[in-house]
Amino acid sequence: MSLNVLWFIIIAVLFTGFFVLEGFDFGVGILTPFLGKTDEERRLLINSIGPFWDANEVWFITAGAAMFAAFPNWYATLFSGFYVPLFLMLLALMARGTAFEFRSKLHHPGWRVFWDYAACVGSLLPPVLWGVALSNLMKGVPIDAHMNYVGTFWDLLSPFTILGGISLALMCTLHGALFLTLRLEGELRNKARQTAKRIGVWTTMAMFLFVVYSYFQTDLFQKVGLDPGSLPVLAGITLLSVPFLVYTEHDGWAFLLNAVTIACSSATVFYDLFPRVMLSSLNPAWNLTIYNAASGHYSLTVMSIIALTLLPIVMAYQLWTYWVFRRRLKPGGHLDY
Amino acid sequence: MTMMWVTWLDRWQFGMTTVYHFLFVPLTIGLAFLISIMETLYIIKGDRVYLRMAKFWGKLFLINFALGVVTGIMQEFQFGMNWSSYSRFVGDVFGAPLAIESLAAFFLESAFIGVWLFGWNHVPRKVHLLSIWMVAFGVSLSAFWILTANAFMQEPVGYAVINGRAQMNSFGALITNPQLRVEFPHVWLGAITTGSFFVAGVSAYYLLRRRETALFAKSFRIAIYAGLISSLLVAVVGHAQGQLLIHSQPMKMAASEALWHTSPYHAPWSLVAWIDSAHHRNPIDIEIPYALSILSYNHTYGSVPGIDELQAQYIRQYGPGNYVPSVWVTFWTFRLMVFAGSLMILLALYGAFRGLRDDEWLVKRRKYLKIMVWAIALPYIANTTGWLMTEMGRQPWAVNGLLKTIDSISPTVGAPLVLMTILGFGIVYLAFAVIDVYLFYQFIHRGPDADDGPDEMDPTDTLRTIEPQI
Repeated sequence: MSLNVLWFIIIAVLFTGFFVLEGFDFGVGILTPFLGKTDEERRLLINSIGPFWDANEVWFITAGAAMFAAFPNWYATLFSGFYVPLFLMLLALMARGTAFEFRSKLHHPGWRVFWDYAACVGSLLPPVLWGVALSNLMKGVPIDAHMNYVGTFWDLLSPFTILGGISLALMCTLHGALFLTLRLEGELRNKARQTAKRIGVWTTMAMFLFVVYSYFQTDLFQKVGLDPGSLPVLAGITLLSVPFLVYTEHDGWAFLLNAVTIACSSATVFYDLFPRVMLSSLNPAWNLTIYNAASGHYSLTVMSIIALTLLPIVMAYQLWTYWVFRRRLKPGGHLDY
Repeated sequence: MTMMWVTWLDRWQFGMTTVYHFLFVPLTIGLAFLISIMETLYIIKGDRVYLRMAKFWGKLFLINFALGVVTGIMQEFQFGMNWSSYSRFVGDVFGAPLAIESLAAFFLESAFIGVWLFGWNHVPRKVHLLSIWMVAFGVSLSAFWILTANAFMQEPVGYAVINGRAQMNSFGALITNPQLRVEFPHVWLGAITTGSFFVAGVSAYYLLRRRETALFAKSFRIAIYAGLISSLLVAVVGHAQGQLLIHSQPMKMAASEALWHTSPYHAPWSLVAWIDSAHHRNPIDIEIPYALSILSYNHTYGSVPGIDELQAQYIRQYGPGNYVPSVWVTFWTFRLMVFAGSLMILLALYGAFRGLRDDEWLVKRRKYLKIMVWAIALPYIANTTGWLMTEMGRQPWAVNGLLKTIDSISPTVGAPLVLMTILGFGIVYLAFAVIDVYLFYQFIHRGPDADDGPDEMDPTDTLRTIEPQI
């Protein structure tokens, strides 16, 4: 396996980790003002992700930095090209990051409600924008011979890409609701379960519609044929099993299999792109690939040694933090923030 | 012409967001370190005053940390957004330290800040202590890697230009960059100084009001010791930096001295000067004899190359163009940094040698305490002007001698888009600044113990009187 392939996999893993982990953070953020009716309930909801969300977000930052190091041209084209979506996403991430930290710092009710909605919108926008961005990556965008994106913001929006955005946002909301069933007790937990049931149906529909649509909108069909391969099939099966597991109140399994759905969906996108990283809709010869977008061999070697050493350590202590805060949160208990 | 206009906007955006981000970073590094010391003292001595201390400063730390994090995300992506040509050209070298920073440092600090903040009742004391040290280590490590990237921009090493792109050929050279060896300690010590003056200043505020004298006299003492050591060392390392500068970036050196023509054999140092950039002269110049030679070479002799001579040399070397940065900015930012730094050393000296006898003595030094409250601004002035001098003094280069700033911008991102994001980030950052100052004021006004829930670490605790609030 060449280093270019290895780095493509590392970046795919980082993005997948981001969607799986930050996915439920986004979901909890979106649901907070709707599930939590009192101030204490909202605090409980936010505290369910309190110790985790920051490190989850680092998966995204690391994915971006890894692109910069391993595929500078991919990094440069993607972020200068998807300029407006990235700008909106940064504002959204700023809003939710500060919301979680600031909401409880003052007692004024208006202050708290403001930050609750800032967290909600700030959590909703990134998955929508990522959905749009990923569907554009699958579909191809106007890239010229110099690897520069030559379209506008509006070229990124089409029914297909918007459906992609809606699907991913629904997916994250479902993921968040399922995560809450594992972190809470009593009334709030039941509410989260109800929400998961309702959203589960919509998510399944949106995802299947998106998959069918993508056969018409992308070159997926030419590439893999009618049988999409085991990854998307697995994603489909796990997605279908989630509502069933929610009904039978197997909360742990439901969350786990939904995580598998997200991971497999994300892996499918990267698998279908491979070995290309950005498709030019103007001329296939202008595609960015893991070869023409990559750093030199020396740089990739150094980075491989470092990344393969550090990633397992990072995963180990991050897993440990989940273990430390494994207890469910109860109303009336002491809350740190 | 459009290119220049867009470059100008891109630079404003980068300057604005980066200077803003760096208002939070040094305090994060400095406070993390000081809080780690406080919690260590608590574990060793078992005195609850250190626990309350760590918790109080921890709250201010978290407000500041949150803003450092969210403004930092922007930093990771704006190279791609506004500087795509730069990213393509140096990504091979420059991206690596950024990726390592993320992998090694961001994960560490974000995971352990969660354990520290939420873990008071979930992990053993020593693990809790370990987690704040991990945060302190993580934020310092982050500084190391981002400065590795910045040092490359000041003094590119460990690369070769292949197929029109800079490609890394020695990682060892990158992390032993002579520039990094002085830049990292300088910035890190500056951050410790920032944390120290912040803690000392806020403590002085309480001591003036005689609130919680025991707690804040102790805080003040820790801070003034750390502040004295770090502010002195900053100056020492800064001196070493100047001696490197004269070889690696002589133009920046000349501009920071407004030295239009190569100096005489015994070079004097301008204390202050009236700069006439149009005619390349300084009508008023108050000089200290020999000082620039001493600063540059540690001798009373040694001539320092001037702007006009360097400009002529660079035209021969790099072709036609203007290689002179803004002399006015470079000269005055350098002086402001040095003045602020010197003032901090004096204030720390006074506090450390006379203020440590006993709490009562310190509380009576009202004038000194009042000055120390205002002195919180000093490290911020020094940090900001220091970076402005470093980055603006390097112009017109993005990577010194290798890539010009004007050749670094994103060719497809036009002025309207950049203007839109400047406004967007500007408004949000302004709102953050107002909120930040207001929250700091609120928390300092309320004092320690406000909003603390009962912690189960010590069930016999009777110090707390305020009910936990959610």
